[in-house]
Amino acid sequence: MIAFENAAYNYGGGELLSEVSLRLAPGSFHFLTGPSGAGKTTFLKLAYAELMPTSGHVTIFDREVRSLSRDDIARTRRRIGVVHQDVQFLDHLPLAANVQLPLTVSGKTGDTRDLTDLLTWVGLGHLADARPPSLSGGERQRAALARAIIMGPDVILADEPTGNVDWEMSLRLLALLVELNRMGKTILVATHDLNLIRQAKNQVPARVLRISKRRIQLAGADL
Amino acid sequence: MSLPAPLRRLIDAGRQADRVVPPSGHTAWLTTFTAGAMTFLCVFALALSLASGRLASRWSDALARTATIRLSAPPEQVEVQTEAILALLATTPGIASARALSDDEARALLEPWFGPDLPLEALPIPRLIELVEGDPGYDGEGLRQRLAAEAPGAVLDDHTRWRRPLAEAAGRLRLLGWLSIALIGATMAAMITLAANAALAANAQVIRVLRLVGARDSYIARAFVRRFTLRALGGSAAGAALGLIGVALLPRADAAGGFLTGLGFTGFGWLWPFVLPPLAAVVAFAATRRAAFRKLRELP
Repeated sequence: MIAFENAAYNYGGGELLSEVSLRLAPGSFHFLTGPSGAGKTTFLKLAYAELMPTSGHVTIFDREVRSLSRDDIARTRRRIGVVHQDVQFLDHLPLAANVQLPLTVSGKTGDTRDLTDLLTWVGLGHLADARPPSLSGGERQRAALARAIIMGPDVILADEPTGNVDWEMSLRLLALLVELNRMGKTILVATHDLNLIRQAKNQVPARVLRISKRRIQLAGADL
Repeated sequence: MSLPAPLRRLIDAGRQADRVVPPSGHTAWLTTFTAGAMTFLCVFALALSLASGRLASRWSDALARTATIRLSAPPEQVEVQTEAILALLATTPGIASARALSDDEARALLEPWFGPDLPLEALPIPRLIELVEGDPGYDGEGLRQRLAAEAPGAVLDDHTRWRRPLAEAAGRLRLLGWLSIALIGATMAAMITLAANAALAANAQVIRVLRLVGARDSYIARAFVRRFTLRALGGSAAGAALGLIGVALLPRADAAGGFLTGLGFTGFGWLWPFVLPPLAAVVAFAATRRAAFRKLRELP
């Protein structure tokens, strides 16, 4: 699915990630943890080709990212659902249109019933016509998740998806991600919430990666 | 009446893309106003250019075809020298025809200055002989020398001195008119490019979201291109309509064909302003498309 081979990323002010080598296997569930500023978001951006590695290789769906044209990158992102902590929507469009956006930009017309089912699944069926600015933090995160999966992506990358929500909503979002993983989706969640990771490990065989000293390593049993 | 196919395709393909960009912003009225104002000016530049073209053509024709011989001689010599000049002209190569103006025609020429009751007999008015040049033309210098020998009081006035500068001026005015149209088009393209850049910069967040969900640059660009093209088309149509009304309200050309009163459109010339809105749309399309792709390459 997504593979890093001795990949590094340099922001110009020094190396943020170095010698990163790992492979996200199909159907796997990974957590990525580490202190703020360690490079979790950068790692995710490398994984969906928003950033290019300054050295080494990143391969997405068996294609080296540097060989991808701008159109190729756009097509690749249709196979990757991304959820950010500071999720952004098109505020002038209703929630349903925002969730449907990946279909719209790829020239597909979604089934209205499927959209309704999806919104209901994430608990937002009653807010289909609401504008994004009127949504709460938890509702925005669930809407972002719905938008991320509407194209039926192979991989879901979530960057601190529970950062702005309470514990109850965190568990609800986690349940959705676990359910998606059981449906065969590859999941990578960047988070510093160790309680969430412990909770997830009770439900799925999740692996935990930790960024430490610019490198990514498999976390031990200290979690 | 159905829309032209390219415009229909642009509207159909872009309608969906257009929705993803917020509908308002200062660039909306700026583009519409710029297109309208530029087209309004363009209508007048077009009228100026076409009128100058007509004038240059008319004066050039007159310059090329006619000349006048002015004969000043003692009264008893006038008829003899007139006959001699006409005989000389009849044998001069390059002259299609020649005739002496009658007293009535001379009176008519002078009437604007001296009134209708001018006693020609009492005034030393020179006899005028009009000649029409053939193809190829005559040798002006040779004719002057022969006139000096046959009729010493005759002076050849081939109108060159005053018609040629006027014809050249009219030709340059026509060129300036077309140059103005080109500059207006370039200015409009520049203004629309600035507006498109501003719109793209103002919608950086929208572009980020679209890219995140897999939108290609062509999709994002289409949303902006469609919007700016249609705004330019609308603004330009309004500008052309106002310009046409303005030209139609100008005084009609008088019999003498005065330049200012002849500033307008004639015949098929009235159709030219209708070409301007589609042309403005094409300019807007090209300018926005270029700006959009360049800006999208710059944006992360």
